[in-house]
Amino acid sequence: MSNESLVLFFIVAVALVGLAVGFSMIIPPKSKNLVKSEPYECGIETKGTTWVQFNVGYYLFAIVYLVFDVETVFIFPWAVVMKTIGMRAFVEILIFFFILGLGLIYAWKKGALKWE
Amino acid sequence: MGYQRYDLAPLTHSIDLFLYNHLPATWAFIAEMTIIGVVFLIFYAVIGLYLVLAERKVCAFMQNRIGPNRVGWFGVIQTIADLFKLLMKELITIRKADKFLFNLAPFIVIIASFLGLAAIPFAMGLHAIDFNIGIFYIMAVSSVGVVGVLLAGWSSNNKYSLIGAMRSGAQIVSYELSVGLSLLVIAIYSGSLQLSTIVESQADAWWIIKGHIPAIIAFIVFITAGTAETNRGPFDLAEAESELTAGFHTEYSGIKFAFFFLAEYMNMFLIASVAATVFWGGWMPLHIPGCEGFNNAMDFIPPICWYFGKTAIVILIMMWFKWTFPRLRIDQLLTLEWKYLLPINLVNIIVVALIVLMGWYIK
Repeated sequence: MSNESLVLFFIVAVALVGLAVGFSMIIPPKSKNLVKSEPYECGIETKGTTWVQFNVGYYLFAIVYLVFDVETVFIFPWAVVMKTIGMRAFVEILIFFFILGLGLIYAWKKGALKWE
Repeated sequence: MGYQRYDLAPLTHSIDLFLYNHLPATWAFIAEMTIIGVVFLIFYAVIGLYLVLAERKVCAFMQNRIGPNRVGWFGVIQTIADLFKLLMKELITIRKADKFLFNLAPFIVIIASFLGLAAIPFAMGLHAIDFNIGIFYIMAVSSVGVVGVLLAGWSSNNKYSLIGAMRSGAQIVSYELSVGLSLLVIAIYSGSLQLSTIVESQADAWWIIKGHIPAIIAFIVFITAGTAETNRGPFDLAEAESELTAGFHTEYSGIKFAFFFLAEYMNMFLIASVAATVFWGGWMPLHIPGCEGFNNAMDFIPPICWYFGKTAIVILIMMWFKWTFPRLRIDQLLTLEWKYLLPINLVNIIVVALIVLMGWYIK
């Protein structure tokens, strides 16, 4: 099969969820109840809104991740041709990883990898 | 080689020919697509349902219980019964939820796990799409799932859901690095990202044997990071039931909840099949260089048995993890990734590059 038939997989996945959810919206018995449509947090009434400012720690990791993920994308093509190019590719990846390592150490010392 | 007697490419090719000979081109195309779609749908559902059952059985075994054994022989239709029960349950959407995103989230989660199946080579000549960037594709597709999890947690308007989703987001994006970098080790060895080529390159011996210690390290890192990426225990902070009710899918009911559950198990299957394919040779039988008789004997076991056997073993290891280790704290989780697995991976890649450069592996 060609790569375009990936669309088929997409359609099948959407159809699977769509049909099952559609079935569940029509067939099962329904009952309206004010308490039932409240969010469930330990059974006590919830206070205030959920959509508030959130712990910044998560975003810090997301930023560090972004840097390293882009770098992984760069290593992928290198990994494929490493065998054929040989010595030059090895020296280049050493330089690349040296800079990358400096970045990791910097983030580490700055405390970006520490959970608070 | 002996294993080629089980090549399924002629079979799929003859089905293709049969359809195109007996039907007009458009209808043949539609018929073929329908067959493939239905086969993968059934495969997806059956694997997902039976993994849930397997998990319950393994869990019961670890805890010295019997596990499900009432519905059918040894409980074999327990999870199918559960599916129909969930299908008949009312879908509750809470009043303050963001309705659109709330309904969208299960779609994204299922799409992410279903698309991944497209690239897996199940047996010789039996795969949906043979991408030339197979590893990269699976990584890219499986990481879309985190969007679904984040949307589910955020749109539920439930504080526990939000905390669960945020934890899950931080965890999945972090461990994705290790998943990618550990697979790169084998990409360097085999010089390809195409899964079928990687399997073919293990015809003399599997990479975990050929690749010396770096391949073993990469496998351990991969299985750890893979467990974390599928949100499974001991990394299941996203749905830590003792603190967050059920995490990001607290507010989901009926079949929508079932889809989150199914996606989790299918992600586990995906990670296990990638581990089996890349490190343990996928459908390639066990070959030892120099032992012709042994190799020929092994070739008589069909590749599909090898593939499912290896995948099942990796899945068992992942289940074993879940029922053995206590849950990590979020700071321990992030420390494990950023201060241990990532530096280990970087050094590992350098070592592998050196080994390949010097030719210190079985070619």
